[in-house]
Amino acid sequence: MELLKRYIPVLFLLALVVAFQLVTHFTETTYYLTQLTMSAYYSIVVIGLCVLMGYGGQISLGHAGFFAIGGYLAGALTTHNLISLKHHALVSFLDKLGLLVTSSDLYGGELLTVEPWAACITAVLSAGIIGLAIGGPVLKLKGHYLAMATLGFGIIIFRIALASAYFGEADGISGVPAFMLLPGIEVSGGFGARVLNYYIAWGVLIVGIILLLNLIHSRVGRALRSIHGAEEAANAMGINTARYKLYIFVLSAVFAALAGVLVTHYNGGIGPSEAGVMKSVRYVAIVAVGGMANIWGALIMGIVLNFLSLRGVFGSYDDAVFGIILIAIMLFAPQGILQINPWQQIKSRLSLLSPKSGEEATD
Amino acid sequence: MALLEIQNLNRRFGGLHAVNNVSFNVEQGMIKAVIGPNGAGKTTLFNLIAGNLPANSGAISFKNTKINSLKPYQIAARGLSRTYQNIKLFHGMTALENVMVGRHIRSKAGFLAGMLNLPWTWAEERRIREKAMEYLDLLGVSDCADTEISNLSFGQQRGVEFARALATEPTLLLLDEPAAGLNIYETAEIGRLIEKIRDSGITVLLVEHDMSLVMDISDEIVVLSFGEKIAEDLPHNIQQNEEVIRIYLGDED
Repeated sequence: MELLKRYIPVLFLLALVVAFQLVTHFTETTYYLTQLTMSAYYSIVVIGLCVLMGYGGQISLGHAGFFAIGGYLAGALTTHNLISLKHHALVSFLDKLGLLVTSSDLYGGELLTVEPWAACITAVLSAGIIGLAIGGPVLKLKGHYLAMATLGFGIIIFRIALASAYFGEADGISGVPAFMLLPGIEVSGGFGARVLNYYIAWGVLIVGIILLLNLIHSRVGRALRSIHGAEEAANAMGINTARYKLYIFVLSAVFAALAGVLVTHYNGGIGPSEAGVMKSVRYVAIVAVGGMANIWGALIMGIVLNFLSLRGVFGSYDDAVFGIILIAIMLFAPQGILQINPWQQIKSRLSLLSPKSGEEATD
Repeated sequence: MALLEIQNLNRRFGGLHAVNNVSFNVEQGMIKAVIGPNGAGKTTLFNLIAGNLPANSGAISFKNTKINSLKPYQIAARGLSRTYQNIKLFHGMTALENVMVGRHIRSKAGFLAGMLNLPWTWAEERRIREKAMEYLDLLGVSDCADTEISNLSFGQQRGVEFARALATEPTLLLLDEPAAGLNIYETAEIGRLIEKIRDSGITVLLVEHDMSLVMDISDEIVVLSFGEKIAEDLPHNIQQNEEVIRIYLGDED
């Protein structure tokens, strides 16, 4: 019964995803699918961050950094030509394991690159390990200090992406090949693959949502919420609070990195703007608008705001809009925009007007 | 060997010697009270025992193992649970969920099992819920099981905190001023409850200001003053102790 209640919204979402694809098909507006695909990928970062912030109570202003670690590593590994190192022991060993692929470039030259699956796993694992290494010391901090430390991490990743020749400096990485998930199913930005990629992105997102919904309704989710509620008491109840905070941090980093990998293959490249601080602020703003401890809220706002942003609705004020959203939410609706119940608001306004009014809760 | 043994325990905060060379034992199955005027070091002593503060020197052994350098969660896992002077419940969670957290050390579903919602965790969750409900029942607060705790009265919150501490099935329960903020009827009730807890086999160590409660229910009393132990005896003898009378009547009250 309770399980049903948990999964019904997922089924509803699934139906909505299919319905939307059909609508765009019949109205010949399939170009919307591109932005919806991208929005779905960015929302993977958002839901991971939502569990970290809303349930674990730990802020991160460095999640664009983890996204970038995923994207850049996958991009670099699948594009850098190893042919000149072909006889190097390590390269030939990897080749023998089947972790490298040979192809030819535009001019017929031989290309030897890392197979996308191997690159993806390396990228996501690296993000997890970096999250573990950073999270260990940083999560001892609280509040503003944690925010600043994670911000610092984000800036470091951004500067590395911008300065390193391996990661393409200001140009980023381009020419990233398609990522074949299964035979016939590949992540790519090809024109004909639009519908398929729309379903891949939403499929991955929905699996992510199911995993996180399960987690927050489990013993671990309860422990995370208790850390948010009163960390000292949680520790006194036998919860290894440091470890739980670290694990949820790493989990959210892995979600961000996976999104980074998929976006990079989908776009065929990645640039330093994906690693920028404003991206991290944007993810935090979306989680806040969605209501912090509310995966569905984070998802809805993640899709809507990213979609509008990608459609160019905010124009060149894009980042400013997300800054304003963050300020406005903190001032007027710290519980998130979806928690505002208009009916309740009207009722409480009316009860203020009538002289016999009782004490009506406004929230 | 006693259940809890405290030997020559010291803790200083700068120039303040908050706990000064304190030693005493808590035997299995008793209610032991620590009393003393404000600032005597009672809460510091509790924080040392529960692992929230490191001691400067001295030893604390629980069930014959030294627990000085252990973290609070490790001490909790060994069977020591506590309540706080100024109730520390988990905000944003219901009363039932608060008590369910108390079952943490008695259950084991981890990150992976949770994310994959493995079938064996369902039975575990159901048991956690049932047990938590039993403890809410025991404390007479089961009717607010689904209420978020900040909407509960002070007395109800204290009940939920008690239930949460008991839900860990501790061997030793530390109660930091369980009667603070309660009226005389509620205080008498909490006294009966603490005796009931003791009779169920749980050893209780409490810090309390309410003398009538302490004298009523304690099997033994330790008196602290300015961080030092000045007496340890049966309640009847403590009432006659000249020095105890002097510090209580001379300095305060």
